[in-house]
Amino acid sequence: MQRIINDPDNVVDDAIKGYLRASPSLFAATDHSRVLKYPSSPSDKVGVVTGGGSGHEPAFLGYIGAGMCDAVAIGEIFSSPTADAFLEAFRAAPHGQGVACLYGNYAGDNMNVKMAKQMAELEDIEVKTVIARDDVASAPASERDKRRGVAGEVMMWKIGGAAAARGDSLDEVIRLAQKAVDACSSIGIGLSSCTIPANGKPNFSIEPGHMELGIGHHGEPGIEVAPLTSAEAIATAMCDPVLADQDFAGSEVAVLISGLGATPVMELNILYAHIAERLEDANIRVHRTDIGNYFTSLEMMGATLTLMKLDDELKPLLDAPARSLAITQC
Amino acid sequence: MQVLDATHGRDILEELVEVIVDNRQYLSDVDGAIGDGDHGINMAKGFRLCGESIASQSLSLSKALGTLATTLMGSIGGSMGPLYGSLFMGMAKSVKDKTVLDAKDFGDMLADGREALEQISDAKVGDKCLLDTLVPAIERYRDAVEGGDDFPHALQALRNGAQYGRDSTFELEAKIGRAARLGERSCGHLDAGAVSCCLLLTRLADSTEHRLEKAAA
Repeated sequence: MQRIINDPDNVVDDAIKGYLRASPSLFAATDHSRVLKYPSSPSDKVGVVTGGGSGHEPAFLGYIGAGMCDAVAIGEIFSSPTADAFLEAFRAAPHGQGVACLYGNYAGDNMNVKMAKQMAELEDIEVKTVIARDDVASAPASERDKRRGVAGEVMMWKIGGAAAARGDSLDEVIRLAQKAVDACSSIGIGLSSCTIPANGKPNFSIEPGHMELGIGHHGEPGIEVAPLTSAEAIATAMCDPVLADQDFAGSEVAVLISGLGATPVMELNILYAHIAERLEDANIRVHRTDIGNYFTSLEMMGATLTLMKLDDELKPLLDAPARSLAITQC
Repeated sequence: MQVLDATHGRDILEELVEVIVDNRQYLSDVDGAIGDGDHGINMAKGFRLCGESIASQSLSLSKALGTLATTLMGSIGGSMGPLYGSLFMGMAKSVKDKTVLDAKDFGDMLADGREALEQISDAKVGDKCLLDTLVPAIERYRDAVEGGDDFPHALQALRNGAQYGRDSTFELEAKIGRAARLGERSCGHLDAGAVSCCLLLTRLADSTEHRLEKAAA
């Protein structure tokens, strides 16, 4: 393994030390070593919390900040944070007006959030949740409950964070975050595997010269393994299932292209040029495009495409100011 | 009638900690074939922490199981923390006011643990998970007690059911967890959670039987 690490069992804690040292204006420690919070959250707003396994950087910590999330629970690599960590994140966030916990649909996260929510009730902290289910490859639209959350979570945090920042009530923040992630359809392609340092060997394998369409953020199986050809062919393979998922024609959309960790940003732009053509052909207007490493899978090669259908309610929230490691806009 | 003294739980718990810590590498190797390969690492971490926190304390069986549950929930995360945490919390609550357990109480304790686990998870028998061990073990134990077997024979039924359940996962196609990624390729391997559950139930039966023998002597 060619890695910049110390003890492979301590990579998560070692990384947290770096985040705290690098960005003290964005991150403050809490009573739980696996929970960080934004040090300048106003206390009278709805708290926005997320959390998940490590290895997806800049998710989840990169979305702490002004107009974004207030506290984040951090798990081991590709493994849910504990219920204790989620509970401490609820406490660390402003919680007098309630807490919106916005996270992705994975078995471990579901169980730990459920337990943390019950514990929070004992402390009179009201917690409501939105569970992201935007990965079109993980289940058909008729079984949306089974879908995993992927990069659409970024949109959910942005919309929920902006709604909380402007003073919306808990119910309203939840409604808008739910609307945001429901408006998202995402798909990933994987070109190579990734290695959890403590394991020391690749998690799965993709044959050279092939790509896996519909791969999940932890290497979950996709729709098909296909020969790896051109960026143009990849764009088509990604756009087809996403455009079939919702009626985007005639609408305005936001596009998020995220690398999975090891694909150069240059290639993400090559991919986007073809995606933009496809969207134009389908009579879809692009309101904004964000391209970069927003939600990764360690050093996997590949990318995700997220298309979010916009309306007059979502657009101003998406464009509202924010300051965080991953998204900063004025 | 043979009963288990439930006022002393620390030594039983220490045996459960021992079996998991001793099998750290084995559990990770089983998991490595079709999963993340971290099952032994995570389980041993949680059980070792529990062992440290109960060392030299005098605890009832309920308190000891409760400590194990909260330690697992607080230190493991992922899916195993809540699953095993709920199982042991359900067992702890079941025997909360008991000073002794007869064969039926012991079976109720396991059944209450299963119920708590099923409240937080949708996993089912056949998904290739720890329930594939837990459910047949509990059912065979209950059948033995209802059929008139004494406590030690019922414990043997528990062990047999757990081993049968563990081995049943070999042929199963994983429906949940990371191994589900492999589809048919997950067949031909044991499930790590089913293996750790079998180790725990077997050691719990051994440890209980040993105490029954000691009390009878």
